[in-house]
Amino acid sequence: MSTSQFDIIIIGGGPGGYVSAIRAGQLGLKVAVVEAAHLGGICLNWGCIPTKALLRASEINHLLHNLGEFGFAADNVRFDLEKVVKRSRAVSAQLSAGVGHLLKKNKVTVINGFGRLDGREGDKRRVSVTPAKGGEAISLAAPHVIIATGARARVLPGLEPDQKLIWSYREAMVPTTLPKRLVVIGSGAIGIEFASFYRNMGSEVTIVEVAGRILPVEDEEISGLARKAFEKQGMQILTGAKIVSVSKGAETVTLKIEAGGKTHDMTVDRVISAVGIVGNVENIGLEGTAIEVDRTHIKVDPYCRTAEKGIYAIGDIAGPPWLAHKASHEGVMCAEMIAGRDVHPMDPLNIPGCTYCRPQVASVGMTEARAKDAGYKIRVGRFPFVGNGKAIAMGEPEGLVKTIFDAQTGELLGAHMIGAEVTEMIQGYVIARTSELTDGELKETVFPHPTISEAMHEAVLAAYDGALHF
Amino acid sequence: MSTNILMPALSPTMTEGKLLRWLKKEGEAVSAGDVVAEIETDKATMEVEAVDEGILGRILVQEGTDAVSVNTPIAILVTEGEAVPDAPSPPATPPTPAPVTAPAAAAIPATTMPAATGQGTGQEARRQARGQARGQRIFASPLARRIASQKGIDLSALNGSGPNGRIVRRDVEQATIQPAASSAAPPTATVPAPVQDIAAIAGDTPHHTVANSTMRKVIARRLSEAKSTIPHFYVEVDVELDALLALRTQLNAASPADGPGAYKISVNDMLIKAAAVTLRRVPDVNVSFAGDMTVHYDTIDISMAVSIPDGLITPIVRQADHKSLGQISAETRDLIKRARAGKLKPHEFQGGTFSISNMGMMGVKAFSAIINPPQAAILAIAAGEARPVVKDGEISIATVMTVTLSVDHRVVDGALAAQWVSVFRSVVENPLSLLV
Repeated sequence: MSTSQFDIIIIGGGPGGYVSAIRAGQLGLKVAVVEAAHLGGICLNWGCIPTKALLRASEINHLLHNLGEFGFAADNVRFDLEKVVKRSRAVSAQLSAGVGHLLKKNKVTVINGFGRLDGREGDKRRVSVTPAKGGEAISLAAPHVIIATGARARVLPGLEPDQKLIWSYREAMVPTTLPKRLVVIGSGAIGIEFASFYRNMGSEVTIVEVAGRILPVEDEEISGLARKAFEKQGMQILTGAKIVSVSKGAETVTLKIEAGGKTHDMTVDRVISAVGIVGNVENIGLEGTAIEVDRTHIKVDPYCRTAEKGIYAIGDIAGPPWLAHKASHEGVMCAEMIAGRDVHPMDPLNIPGCTYCRPQVASVGMTEARAKDAGYKIRVGRFPFVGNGKAIAMGEPEGLVKTIFDAQTGELLGAHMIGAEVTEMIQGYVIARTSELTDGELKETVFPHPTISEAMHEAVLAAYDGALHF
Repeated sequence: MSTNILMPALSPTMTEGKLLRWLKKEGEAVSAGDVVAEIETDKATMEVEAVDEGILGRILVQEGTDAVSVNTPIAILVTEGEAVPDAPSPPATPPTPAPVTAPAAAAIPATTMPAATGQGTGQEARRQARGQARGQRIFASPLARRIASQKGIDLSALNGSGPNGRIVRRDVEQATIQPAASSAAPPTATVPAPVQDIAAIAGDTPHHTVANSTMRKVIARRLSEAKSTIPHFYVEVDVELDALLALRTQLNAASPADGPGAYKISVNDMLIKAAAVTLRRVPDVNVSFAGDMTVHYDTIDISMAVSIPDGLITPIVRQADHKSLGQISAETRDLIKRARAGKLKPHEFQGGTFSISNMGMMGVKAFSAIINPPQAAILAIAAGEARPVVKDGEISIATVMTVTLSVDHRVVDGALAAQWVSVFRSVVENPLSLLV
C-alpha cells in the first residue's frame, strides 16, 4: 500500500485543525486534515454555534413575554420546540458545509476517518487512518503532524449521560420536550448557557456548583452580579454544593444535595451534567512517543511543540483555556511557524472569554483578585449600564463594566463586563491589551454616541479622574 | 531623491560595528534585498541588505573602518540620472517648525528642559521621547514607551520583538535585566579607557600592535562588567566519569555506521544534558538577578562557550532538558560548525539561562569561569583523568574530573550552589537519568 505524502497532517477538523489547515494552505503547504466526524468539530456542530442559535430563540421568547414595556401586546405566545431545535441544527449544517468549501478552496485534502500516529517513515511521521466508511486503513506521511483532537465532556460517576434523564451537552442541545424542572450541574460557560436557555424557554432551573460561586473563572464581582440577575429571573442557585445521591425513576430524577449546611431534596425531570472536559488522548498513537500527557492533555511549549520533534498539539487537547478562538489562533501560529514565518506565542492573558447567557458575561486579562495576588498596585474603574443612554433606551439597564489598571504603568491588566452585547464589545479591550495600550490612549479614544460601548470608555475614566456620567 | 544607507543594528547589543567589505561599487545598480556590504558586529559577520532600489551613488564609509556607530550614514543611494550629493541628506525631519509650535516652545524655557527633575518628569521624558521619535520614528507600543521612560531606557537602543519589529513590553523588560543590551552610551565606565599611549605600556620593550576586533572589545567590555559588578563565588566538586563513559560507549556502539539515524555522542553533549537535568531539579539556579526582582526562567537554555579564531562565542542549546542526547549532539555539532564559520544568527547566541565552559580536551586540572550576564551561573569543566580514589577504605582508580560552578551571590547562596553541584555529580555518576 502506498503512502500519501504531505507537508502537514492535521488530526482533527475542529476550529483548531481546520483553521490551521486553511492557513497552511494559504502559505502554499500541502495539507491533509483527518476528521472522524464533522468538519468544524464540536464547536461548530455541537457547541459554540448551535447553542447560540438556541439562545437567540430563548431571548426572543423572553422578549415576547415582556412586550408591555415597549408598548406592545400579544396574546397566545407559543413556540414549537422541534422547529427551534431544527433551526439550530440547520445553522450548524450550513456552516459545516461552508468549512468544507473553504478547505477545498485552499487545496486541503480532507480525509474522513480516525487518524493516529503510526511511527516514522524515514525523516517523516506516519499517520494511519481508519476510514469512517470502513475498508482498508489509509497511510499518510509528513514531516509535521498537528494533533487537534479536542476534548469531550467529563463524566461524573452516577451522572453518566443516559440519553433520557441525564443529559450531556449533546442531548441538551436537541430536546424533544421542554423539561418542566431541570438541574444543571456545573456553572462554567456551558452549564450557565444551558441554564439560561431553558430558564428563558420556561423551565424551572436549579444550578449546582461545587465552587463557592458561579462562573468561577470570572471576576468575583461579576459572578455576584450574574447570580443576582439569574435569581431575579427565578433560577435557584446552590454553590459550595455537593451531590450526595442521585436516584433515577421512570420519568424523573431525585437528587440529594448539600449546600450551605442544608440538605436539599429535589425531584426533577432532567439533569444536565456540565462539569468540565477531558482531552481526547486515547487511541491516537501517543504510546511509545516522547509526547507527555498530563491529566488527559498533551504537554506543549509556548509554540505548541510537543516533546516529539515535528509533532504539535493545539486547542483543547493542549491545555486551557478550552476555547475555540484559542485553538484557531494556535492553529494559525503553528502553520505559520512550520512555513518558516516569525511567530509570537500567545499570551493567555490576551484571550477573551465569553458566556452568552442573559445577561451576557465577557472578560479579558486578570481578575481583580489575581492582579492583587500578583502584587500589582491597581486602579479599578466601574461603570454601570444605568448610566448609559443606549442601554436604557434598549431596555437593558442592568450591567457593569469593570476595568483594572496597573497604577504604575497604566497597563490595562483586565476588563470584566456583564450586560447586553458585552460579548460583541470585549474585543475593544482585547485590542488594547494586545497592542499594549495604556490608560492614556483609551482615555483619548473617541467612542460613538449613543452606544453601549461608551460604558467601556467611562469605566476607564472611572479608574482615573472619574466617570462623566455617573 | 537620494536616500542614506545607515549602519544597521544587527543585534540588540550592537552599538557600533566594523564595515568589513563593500559588495557593490559606486555607480552600481542595487535592488531591494541585495546584499550591499558586510559588517562585523560584536559577535559575528553579517550582511547588510538594501531596503530600497536605486544606484549606489557614493560610499561614505570606506572598507575596514572600525567602530562605525549604528545609524551613521554609510552610503548614499540615488535614483537613476540623479546627481550624487557630496554629503548625506539630513535625516527626515518635519519642515521648519510651524508657527503653532512656537508659543509652546516659548512657554517652556529651554534652560529648564534638561533639568527635568521633580514634578512633571514623566511629561518631560515623554516630550523628549517624542522629539527623538521625530528624527527617526521608533515603533514601540505605548506601554513599552511608558515603562522605558519610567526606567530611563533609551528605546532607540532596543530591537523590537513584536509584530513587524515593534518594541513591546517584553523587550523593555529584557533590557532592564540585560544592562549590556540597553546601554547606548559608550562603555567607558566599566572598560579601561582606550589606551592611546602605547609607549607608556610597552616602554622600551620591542613590540608591535594589533588592532582589537569588535568582538575582542565586546569580550573585554562584557567580562569586565561581569567580574566587577557580579559578586562571584565558586564551588568545586570531583565527579567520577566511568559510568558516563561506559554509557557513551554503549550508546555510540548502538548507532548505525552511517545514514540518517547515525549519531556520535560526545562527553560534552552528555554534560550539557546533565547540567540541564540538574537545573530542572534545582531550578533556583536557572535565574537572573534583576534589582528588585529575580527572573526565574521557565525554559533551560544552555549556552556553551565555543572558542573561535578571534575570541569566543556562546551558542545556545535551547530547552536542553527536553532534548534527547541525539538531538543535543546533532545540534551542538551544527552550532559549533557555524560558530567557527561566523554564520550564527543572533538568536542562536543571544539569551541562554546557564553557561558551560569545557576545557577538558585541553587537559586542565581545574579552572573558574566568569559568569555570562545576565545569567547567574557558569559551570567550568576540566579534564577527566585517572586518579586514585578511596572507596570502602580501599584505594582504587577512577576517571575523575573537577568541575567548578561560579555563581552570582546576589541570587544564589552557598547552600544552593552546593546542592547544585552535588545533584550534578549524582546525575553524572548515575547517567541513566540522561536518557529519561
